[in-house]
Amino acid sequence: MFHDLFFSKSKGKSPKPCPIALSTRVRLARNLSEFPFPGRAQSGQKKAVLSKCMEALEKVHPLQSCTSVELDELSELDRQILVERHLISLELSQSDESGGVVLSNDHSCSVMVNEEDHLRIQVLGNGLDFKKVWKLADELDSGIESTLDYAFDSQLGFLTACPTNLGTGMRASVMMHLPGLVMSKNMDKVINAVNHLGIAVRGLFGEGSDASGSIFQISNQQTLGESEPAIIERLQTTLENIVHQERMAREKLMEDDGMRLIDKISRAAGCLKTCYLIQSSEAMDHLSLIRLAADFGYLPEKFRALADRMFIEVQPGHVQLSAGQPIEPGERDRLRATTLRKEFVRMPQLNLDAQVD
Amino acid sequence: MKCHHCDSQATVHLTQIINGQMHKMDLCEVCAQEKGVTNPDNLSIGSLLQENHPKVDAGTASMTCESCGTTHQDFKKGGRLGCEACYHVFRPVLEPLLDGMHAGINHLGKVPSRSLRKKTVDEEVDVLRMNLKKAVEEENYEKAAELRDCLKKLQTKTSSAPKG
Repeated sequence: MFHDLFFSKSKGKSPKPCPIALSTRVRLARNLSEFPFPGRAQSGQKKAVLSKCMEALEKVHPLQSCTSVELDELSELDRQILVERHLISLELSQSDESGGVVLSNDHSCSVMVNEEDHLRIQVLGNGLDFKKVWKLADELDSGIESTLDYAFDSQLGFLTACPTNLGTGMRASVMMHLPGLVMSKNMDKVINAVNHLGIAVRGLFGEGSDASGSIFQISNQQTLGESEPAIIERLQTTLENIVHQERMAREKLMEDDGMRLIDKISRAAGCLKTCYLIQSSEAMDHLSLIRLAADFGYLPEKFRALADRMFIEVQPGHVQLSAGQPIEPGERDRLRATTLRKEFVRMPQLNLDAQVD
Repeated sequence: MKCHHCDSQATVHLTQIINGQMHKMDLCEVCAQEKGVTNPDNLSIGSLLQENHPKVDAGTASMTCESCGTTHQDFKKGGRLGCEACYHVFRPVLEPLLDGMHAGINHLGKVPSRSLRKKTVDEEVDVLRMNLKKAVEEENYEKAAELRDCLKKLQTKTSSAPKG
């Protein structure tokens, strides 16, 4: 079964913990020169693009010995799991024909075929690390380009179905955990300020800015008129500013009414240890506070990594994955609670004498 | 509050600031879905912004890309283009939009190596053509013949080379 691949990977192995910035992603949009973009392509043309791309991708380092699948072969649950892991987009998961994805063995690289554009090349990394992630995405892109002809214009750059992606075709983003800014009600101000700089803020799955778990995806909005390194540098400066603002917000929350925050964290810990029915959004909010407690040093570091892993595993698709079959929402809430109780049963009391992060 | 596109009740309120200019839009659930607002990755700013430029020349209204069949109406509605050739056909209506959408209107990023090679050859051909024209004008036929041979050689080389 395709999802066995994820089940084995998701057990035990947690990403390296990193406060505030969870992960970095670079996505490049590319199209083949001779074919209409997927939205305009005939069924036969889409099929031709798919086989041409799949053949080319499997030869490119680091996608050799990769997993490549056509979306038609996947169950709805498999697709949902790939979306929850940010390996494919919601749009591709709903594609009715000739969609494909190629994943590197460590899942750090994924290339979607026949999404909005013929190719969506994506590289993911832990923490805030644009240098490494961009380098890999650039190499992967060059490797693919050595066998496929891209649609490119010397003035407009890489040609994409939507003109908002023209030029570099690059969307660089970082997933950030910003509970301090959310609790101090400063997130709207931050969103407003960074929008002025051509930078977008979205929720974990892009569904709006009041994201559960206080997790936000922050990315460049503009793709034309600047080089890739210039876009990344500008984004990086903004992100460092947001990190600074988040730290200040946390300090202020502690100074103003530390006991209220500690009470909140401790109740979240209690809930995760004792719940019997829990929805994913409530679980995310509690996990966010556990992550914050680890940042403050109230809980050992390993609980930050556990919270990061559980952010994914409490998602509806992953709960069903661990059950081994599709299940109803009510039953999911019960199973989710069981998993959380089991994972957090040994979590100690908060160590309030610890140094603040 | 009414939807910007139809008369239904607006439930989605979008504010975007692009290059310091605020664009506000109120949409109903259906139009928001249609415009891709609920999935910001695919937000079709082109179609949203077109409300700010409602007057389109009669000439552009009948624009159609012969290569893929995309019409100007399609582009206005969905904010997407259909193929590489669309970028030539719709450039007059696209360029004013790009200015507000991006940091600039010229690509300053990565250039794919294949197109770089092609570009150099194209540029070389242009230079040779210009010199040939000049030589003919100057009635320097010996030089013109030389240049014509070079041009021919270069052109056969590119057309016989494997595609791309």
